[in-house]
Amino acid sequence: MILMGNEAIVRGALEAGVQFVSTYPGTPSSEIGNIFFRISEKLRIYFEFSINEKLALEAAVGASFSGLKCLVAMKNFGLNVCSDALAPFLYTGSKGATVIITADDPSCHSSAQSEENSRPFSYLAHLPTLEPATPQECKDFVKLAFQISEKFQTPVLIRNTTRVSHQRGVVKLSKMELTRPNLVEGKFIKDTRRFVTLPPRVLEMKKELLEKIEKIRTFIETSPINQLVQRRASDSLNLGIITSGVSYLYVREALKELNLDLPVLKLGFFYPLPEKKIKNFIKKLKKVLIVEELEPFLEKEVQGLAKEANCKIEITGKNLLPEVGELRPEIVMAAIAKFAGKKFKLPTTNYQPKTNRRSPQFCPGCPYWLVVAAIKKALRLGSGQTLRPDSGQATEVIFGGDIGCYMLLGMPQFGLQDYLSCMGSSLGIAHGIKKVSKQKLITFIGDSTFFHAGLPALANIIFNKSNPLVIILENQTTAMTGHQPHPSAKSVLKPIKIEDICRALGVNNLAVLDPANQDEFGQKIREFLQKDEVAVIIVRKPCIFVKDK
Amino acid sequence: MTKNKKEFNLIIAGIGGQGLITLLQILAEAALSGGNDVRSSELHGLAQRGGSVEIYLRFGKEIFSPLVAPGRADFILGLEMQEALRMYYYANPDTVFLVNKNLIPIPLAPVVSQDQIIKDLNKISKKIEVVPAADICQKELGTNVVAGIYLISLAVFQKMIPLKPESLLLAIKKMIPEKFLELNLKAFNLAKSNS
Repeated sequence: MILMGNEAIVRGALEAGVQFVSTYPGTPSSEIGNIFFRISEKLRIYFEFSINEKLALEAAVGASFSGLKCLVAMKNFGLNVCSDALAPFLYTGSKGATVIITADDPSCHSSAQSEENSRPFSYLAHLPTLEPATPQECKDFVKLAFQISEKFQTPVLIRNTTRVSHQRGVVKLSKMELTRPNLVEGKFIKDTRRFVTLPPRVLEMKKELLEKIEKIRTFIETSPINQLVQRRASDSLNLGIITSGVSYLYVREALKELNLDLPVLKLGFFYPLPEKKIKNFIKKLKKVLIVEELEPFLEKEVQGLAKEANCKIEITGKNLLPEVGELRPEIVMAAIAKFAGKKFKLPTTNYQPKTNRRSPQFCPGCPYWLVVAAIKKALRLGSGQTLRPDSGQATEVIFGGDIGCYMLLGMPQFGLQDYLSCMGSSLGIAHGIKKVSKQKLITFIGDSTFFHAGLPALANIIFNKSNPLVIILENQTTAMTGHQPHPSAKSVLKPIKIEDICRALGVNNLAVLDPANQDEFGQKIREFLQKDEVAVIIVRKPCIFVKDK
Repeated sequence: MTKNKKEFNLIIAGIGGQGLITLLQILAEAALSGGNDVRSSELHGLAQRGGSVEIYLRFGKEIFSPLVAPGRADFILGLEMQEALRMYYYANPDTVFLVNKNLIPIPLAPVVSQDQIIKDLNKISKKIEVVPAADICQKELGTNVVAGIYLISLAVFQKMIPLKPESLLLAIKKMIPEKFLELNLKAFNLAKSNS
């Protein structure tokens, strides 16, 4: 049947008999959590949307220590968030097999903040890492990752990218292991040598981990997922290509288009690499092309291996391929054509009309329109005026942005975003600005983002005494990633009230309001901007897609 | 799919919220039941909220890339006229364009006319068909929400897409939820009688 990459990952986990799943949503990985959210109760699988990725991973660490088979899913930035918990998990190892899914987003289709390549985490944490290319491989690799985790007692990472996560393709299914009457109960069996990463034991653990990685390397040398695709024997050119993930599909497409028949080594493992297999591959070649997206990690690895295997070989990669932006078939075609000294031309049109790309917008009826209106009015800017500071007629107020639909406040027509970084950072950065500058500052943060990473930032603002105006946009769902619940979401039986948290932290200037009450909203903005202490306005109006209970 | 070609490359361009992914799923199912290898690519998340969206579907004997190469599109469906024109990059003079006669202004961008877009499209390909699908569906079915289904059905009946109408019908039945199925089948049948 046809499955999307993310659906195939779920299927692979079900076929492997997963028992515990935790996640924080983030495009392009969100569908994994959404599907488990829908099916977990029926299938007797424990599932949670954790408050952030670190907590998702830590929950899985606990479940794994207690013997359960775990899956944790997140986008690339989530791996940053959980990295503190990730590194020690490799030292202790997993007990119940554990697979972590992450998804990079080359070209930043659905990612602000950075075009992250998650591969260095594999080195940093000594984390065995697989890179699938197709939905079929998503399913197969997840199953294999569970097997490796089981065999070597280590968590295993599947590193996806947007064009794999959101690729659909034909997948052959196997049987699922789904006959459980209840949730599986775990048992934590004390073993301090194994679960406590305290010196001096921690250094022994590191040594054991490095030995484990070498054992895995030996094991995967013969793995069919590091695949030599030698179509017909045409060694006469002495050229070869090494690639992995979705880049492999572009390579095959390009070879077809160029009518070339070069040997291709497709790596399923990024870490550890099958060094012998790579050395054997490059031994007889004159030139090798490394086709990979973003930064040249594979290329550098091959350069190192070539010193021993074939020091005369010419290694090309990023001199023919971009380091910024995703690869596309035409980019890989051009690179391979140049590499092989072959001409090619695609039948494109000569006429290039002027076109415009449509930017995303707030939905009609979105409560954030009311936020824009209230701020414009409160800061006494006419409807024709822009708030953009560089327009010369704008306000002195600085606007802090955060991760969510309200990033659109940064669009030129609104001009309400003067800095933007990572989850929760609008508050953390606001604090720093306010400590050193007397400028007025308003930060926006959504409710899910507030729980994710805004909470410690607000505590720091109070502890270290700064006075930004924090506007918490409580639309009662995680809207941008597809309406997942969070602690104050409308769909939750006993929601945590953000105003209670603010009061407990000691926020004295606090208002909770419906943005439809524009006068009250505007008056509070003006009043709170003058305060010497931090002020918080909780703007409570559900996203138009939130249904009443 | 021409005789010597082993693959068919299809692109749907439109605006986030127009139901492109549903159309993609239906066509992918129909292609699979025709015995093809199928591969597609789409995008999710904020980028899609009212923004420009294009999805790629490729089917044939053996398909590798989920993306279509420039100039290699066999068929481009535009659910909005400016979005259709944006796909010129993928077109060649034989690419069939089926375009919904529907122009939605782009905020902050210069205003363009329908005539100008049609003129531009004709400079790109010899095979341009512009159909007021939303109006037809509104008039005949009382709603335009099924304009997309009408258009893919039209494309199949008029052999712009090399899939059998029965495969498409089965795929619609499989992918569309029960309570919307009747309306979608009406759009399918309307396309049949208008072909």
